[in-house]
Amino acid sequence: MSNQGDWPLWEVFVRSRRGLSHTHAGSLHAPDAEMALRNARDLYTRRNEGVSIWVVESAAITATSPDEKDPFFAPAADKPYRHPTFYEIPEGVKHL
Amino acid sequence: MTTVEAFQAAFDAAVAADERIEPRDWMPEAYRASLVRQMAQHAHSEIIGMQPEANWITRAPSLRRKAILMAKVQDEAGHGLYLYSAAETLGTSREELLDKLHTGRQKYSSIFNYPTLTWADVGAIGWLVDGAAITNQVPLCRCSYGPYARAMVRICKEESFHQRQGYELLLTLSKGTPAQHEMAQDAVNRWWWPSLMMFGPPDDASAHSAQSMAWKIKRHSNDELRRRFVDICVPQAESLGLTLPDPDLRWNEELGRYDFGPIDWSEFQQVLKGNGPCNEQRLDRRRRAHEEGAWVREAAAAYATKHGARPGRPGEHPPEGRPAGRTHRERPEKPAEETGTRAEETGTHVEAAV
Repeated sequence: MSNQGDWPLWEVFVRSRRGLSHTHAGSLHAPDAEMALRNARDLYTRRNEGVSIWVVESAAITATSPDEKDPFFAPAADKPYRHPTFYEIPEGVKHL
Repeated sequence: MTTVEAFQAAFDAAVAADERIEPRDWMPEAYRASLVRQMAQHAHSEIIGMQPEANWITRAPSLRRKAILMAKVQDEAGHGLYLYSAAETLGTSREELLDKLHTGRQKYSSIFNYPTLTWADVGAIGWLVDGAAITNQVPLCRCSYGPYARAMVRICKEESFHQRQGYELLLTLSKGTPAQHEMAQDAVNRWWWPSLMMFGPPDDASAHSAQSMAWKIKRHSNDELRRRFVDICVPQAESLGLTLPDPDLRWNEELGRYDFGPIDWSEFQQVLKGNGPCNEQRLDRRRRAHEEGAWVREAAAAYATKHGARPGRPGEHPPEGRPAGRTHRERPEKPAEETGTRAEETGTHVEAAV
């Protein structure tokens, strides 16, 4: 028997207004992409929260593993010189 | 230190630092189980809660009130879906959750086992039941489990409309004819005590409270939230021109809050056990809606299988503003009402018992 358990999970991304990027709003079940879009509209934009929606099957997303978060993101940790505040500029120097 | 001890230490540190626990983080099994229990009960309450109010959609006194009530009932369906999705991040499935609801292995809030006898009940539910829910839920926006907290932020924003429409409805009745005023008062009389019971048993009798607070799932005790709710409601009732049915209700100068009379916990226990006025009816309707919606779910799944390929290819980035693959317009148009679970869950049946 076919049932809702067969419906894949979709992640929903909503652009709240023009000029902003899509952000993750939540997830839902739907049999296909078209229905996922319709359900997303009814579930996540009942109050004009969006002007554009993306849906993507959750299974299609590749994510970093939380267990390896330290080594994975370690390369960025010891490079403070990538931030403007790393540099000392004499007082009174403007527009820098 | 063993691996599990290290994980436990990392978890404890995250909770202590008020960081959020996210789905793929390690968490103690008891924490996971406790969250599933609470979130499932919460989700079930949202969708069962559609029934007492949907009962009045066909008999709303004006088109304005009808549109408002439909929007509110649709919100409740939405809240259920946010919460089911959040619960699923813990490794349970939608099917399993619904099955446990339908077989009585998971509960929903006892408040929805009371009948909505008059139109004024729609107002009393909005003001008192949603008001109590908001008092409970605002602190949950800071719950230690990320997906639950995020769902609650969304829900709390929408609940505010629910509460205000209820208050406005009661105010209109209260200022209406003597019969309308009487109807509003009667609804408040019936819903007041069950609303206070929504905060759960007193702190010394609450099975899960202490551990939930230690895990920062809960931020305040049942009694603390109940007192807060009473303090909020008393002046609101005065503005409505209605009274609260508690002869012991009076301002306590010393403590700076209202004292209120004892709650009849035997009634709460009875309703919890399944002996409330509408327990059977609520579950029957839910099961029937699920069974009668089966063909819709099957048809949608069959359609998806027939049309095969999922849109988008691996590695293909969606062009800005438009998802990869076909847009929905390339498919034959189908009315939204015929598909998905919404149609099933927003049914506007009239309750037989009323």
